[in-house]
Order: sequence, then C-alpha cells, then structure tokens
Amino acid sequence: MVSLASAPRNGDTVQNPVKLGVKDLRISYNHVTAIEGVSFDIHEHEIFGIIGPANAGKTSFLKAVNRMDMFNPEMKVEGKITFNNVDVGKIRNVYGLRSRIGVVFPLPVGLPLSIYDNVALSPRLRGQNNQAELDVIVERCLTRAALWDEVKDRLTSLGSMLSGGQQQRLTIARALSQDPELLMLDEFSIAVDPVTTMRIEDVLKELRSEVTIILVTNLVQQARRLADRTAFFLDGRCVEVGVTEDLFTGEVKDQRTRDYVEGRFG
Amino acid sequence: MFEASNLNRRNDTRQKLFRFGLGSMTSLLILPVILILGMLIYKGAPVISFEFLFTSPTKGMTAGGIFPALLGTILLVMVALIASVPLGIAAAIYLSEYASDNWFTRTINLAIINLAGVPSIVHALFGVGAFVIFFKFGTSILAASLTLAIMTLPVVIVATRESLQAVPLAFREACWNMGATRWQTIRRVVLPNAITGILTGVILEVSRTAGETAPIMFTGAAFFLPLLPQGVFDQTMALSLHLFVVSTQVPGMPENLPFGVALVLISIVLLMNSLSIALRMYLRGKKKW
Repeated sequence: MVSLASAPRNGDTVQNPVKLGVKDLRISYNHVTAIEGVSFDIHEHEIFGIIGPANAGKTSFLKAVNRMDMFNPEMKVEGKITFNNVDVGKIRNVYGLRSRIGVVFPLPVGLPLSIYDNVALSPRLRGQNNQAELDVIVERCLTRAALWDEVKDRLTSLGSMLSGGQQQRLTIARALSQDPELLMLDEFSIAVDPVTTMRIEDVLKELRSEVTIILVTNLVQQARRLADRTAFFLDGRCVEVGVTEDLFTGEVKDQRTRDYVEGRFG
Repeated sequence: MFEASNLNRRNDTRQKLFRFGLGSMTSLLILPVILILGMLIYKGAPVISFEFLFTSPTKGMTAGGIFPALLGTILLVMVALIASVPLGIAAAIYLSEYASDNWFTRTINLAIINLAGVPSIVHALFGVGAFVIFFKFGTSILAASLTLAIMTLPVVIVATRESLQAVPLAFREACWNMGATRWQTIRRVVLPNAITGILTGVILEVSRTAGETAPIMFTGAAFFLPLLPQGVFDQTMALSLHLFVVSTQVPGMPENLPFGVALVLISIVLLMNSLSIALRMYLRGKKKW
C-alpha cells in the first residue's frame, strides 16, 4: 500500500495515461438535454471530483460511462467516451466494460442475498467458484469498506436487512469485489454517518494506488479532501475542470465556480 | 381548550355513520360464504365416508362413491399444470424482464387480458376445434387438460409477472452495473425472490382448474365411465361434471349425494386457496427487504 505522504497530490496524476476520455458528450432524455458539450480527460490513479448542484447532469454522466443507457430507451448519448482508449459506445461486450467499473449510487442497495453472497456475487459472475478464494475476496472487500468488524459474525444474514449506512458500505464492498479499474461513487455519503464517511474516505485515498476514482459529491469539502482534480457541473454543462486546490484558493476561471464552492448559491 | 365545536361534532357524527354503514356492508359479504358452506356441510357431511371417496359409483350413480371423478379431477389438473406452468412462467419472465415497451409487447399484453376475459364455454368450443378435432387427440384427458391450461394461462402469467415486478428495479440495476447479463440477474436475484409469489399463483390456478366444468364437458370429461382412465388419451370422469350430472341428470338420486360431491369439490378448492394464503403470509413474514 502506498503511504499517503507519497501519494500523488494536486494534479500530479495528469502525467499518467488517460483512463477515461470524454469528448463533446451530450446526453438527452426524450430530446430534453441533460448534459452538453462536456470534454475532459481522467487519468489513471486519479481521484476526479465532480461537484455541482442537483440536476447538473452528474449522474447521467456516470450512467453513460458504463452504458446504462442501454436500459433506458429514452436516454440518448452522443459524443465520445473512451475507456482505456476504447470508445465505450462501440464496445460489443458491455458486460466486460461494466465489470471493470465499480459503481456506488446514492441510495444503498443491499441485495436480498446474504452479506457473503452480496460480495461474492461479482466474483461468481466472473466464474470464480473456489470457496477459499471467495472467502479471501469477501473478507478483503468488507474490510476495505470498513464493514468487516461489524458483520464478520453474521455473514449469512441478509444484506438487505442491514442499516442504511451499513448497506452503503456493503454496496461499496460489492463494487470493490469487482476488482474494478475505475470506481465511480455517486454521492456515496448521503446515507452514511460522518465517522464512517471519514473511514471510507481514508479507504479511497488508499485505493488510489490501484484504481481510478470518479467521486461525484455534493459536499464540496469532500471533493477538497479527496480529489486531485475537480470538475464543476452546472445546468448540464461542465463549467470548469481544474486542480482541486485551485478551485478553493480562488484560482478559478469562472466566477460561478467560486460562488458555488464558497456556498453562495446552489 | 379542546371543547368540540358544532362543526367538530357534526363531522364526528358523519364519520361514525359512514364507518358503520361501510362496515355493515362489508360484513354482508361473509353471509353467502357462510350460507353456502353451512348448507354444504349440513347436507353433504353425512354422505362423506372412506367408501364414498374411494369407490366407484353404483346403481346408475345413485349409490357408491366418487373415486373415478376425484381421480379424474386430479389428473386433469396435473396435466393442465404441466402444460401451462412452464409456458406461463416463461412468458411472464420475458414480459417482465426482457420485453421493451413496443407494439409487440402491448399486443401480447392485450391478448393475455382478453384471454382472461373469454367465457369458459368459448374455451370449451376452442378446445373441441383445436385439440379434439385438429390435433386428433379425441375427447381425452389431454384435450381437456390443454383446454384448461389455455384458460388458466393468464392466471399464471399475471401472478408471475406481478411477483417479478415486486422485486425492486434497484436490485436489477445493481447487478447490471456489475456486468451481470439479464439472465444472470434473473437467475441469481430476481427469481429467488419471486418464487414464493409464483408458487402462490400456481396454487390459485389449481383451485381455478379443479372447479371448471364447461371447458372439459366436450373435450374429455365423461358422464359415466365403468373403468378408470389408462392414459392421457382416455376420457375421464371429473368432480365438477359429476356434480352437474348427479344434481340434474339422474332420476331417483338420493337428496344428500350431490351435496356430498359439492362438499368434496369445494374442499379441494378451499384447501388450495388456504394453502396459497398461508404461503403468502409466510412470504410476508420472510420479506427480504
């Protein structure tokens, strides 16, 4: 594990290869535009923050990345998103794409399976049926999601019966069990208490050495704590992308970014 | 401080009046059930015996038992289930999990609704045309069961689809997000959580199938047979038709005998319904989210 002190910070990651490229992205629902003209690159091992008020198109962006538009006939994606330099719109094997991307949505989803099966599901989908291997994966992912100590004695009880905060950590553990290259977190801390939030944030910092993370958050301070670079979305447009610290120290190109970060609207 | 105003009092009186009115109308519903069951038990119970259930009718059906009819009903229901349950569940899974909302799906949904609304005697005539004549099954258990199967298909489809839809979309999305295919999602998350509801639907179908008379009259159920059926291409007696026959078609019938037949028939139906209610209560107790 890379120690936090030596972890890259403040945009050093820009030198890394591009993990996710976004070019002229436009997403619409039934011809109503949700997001338009968005272009930026996300680099490997970067924590990329996305902040912005409700309805700014943040979640739509995440859905486009792992091709969830396939399940919504009203959703139309134009422009180009590349993952490992491959156009996701042209990928035939979307299952392969999705299995490389872990997603955590705002509302926790504990599947109505045992806690163990929740975390073992993704490895099993990949064909991993070795009990010993699964045990290792389950323990590792639950530990990382700061849930292991609370559930290790009742791994057979239902994941969907855990408390909201625990379910969210279970969701995170499940995303980690995919062994993802890219982890997308959509306002993960909504249903989690502050102490647990801090623990998960520490985990995310550690994970940076292994995965690329997109962190959509409505807590601007959370973006400041974690993100190397941050994009500010407003009304379906990406107003600004920059090194996170710059956004907070006033080196912004757009006045609206400063206003939002300083809490003057939203 | 909290004295009732005139308006308060008037509202309260009105509320009590409605509560009483609606409540008493609801209680009226129980009356026919109690009357029917009471009558059947009072008049039918004396006839019921081991011999009644497990021997054949004798003396032009005015004496003896109902075993061939009882066995026939069980056979008809079983063959009907074998035909309709896999078909109905497959269709429901497709409609709930795969089909997108287009004209094809809408047409199928419309067809299912209409199928449920077709009178049973029309199903009977269809059964005669299709299974007895066209497929050359003759009047047989197979033809009668297939007719029953088609008639009760909507029950299975609707019950299955509803229990599939009761599984929240968020569960599916969580699976899809992990890279699961639709089938993996259905197999590992949706079906295990819908299976009890599906079973409830199947049991309800049994009770519906057991009681039907019209669809089997022309397709495979016989007035009286001296021998038990040897296979699915034989005709059979059935409880529901037997009840019709002994109540209306045979002179010199002892008064209590038809009530005994009716009591057996309704016991089967009630037993199945209670089983389905018990299952639903069990399911509610085991709710997983």
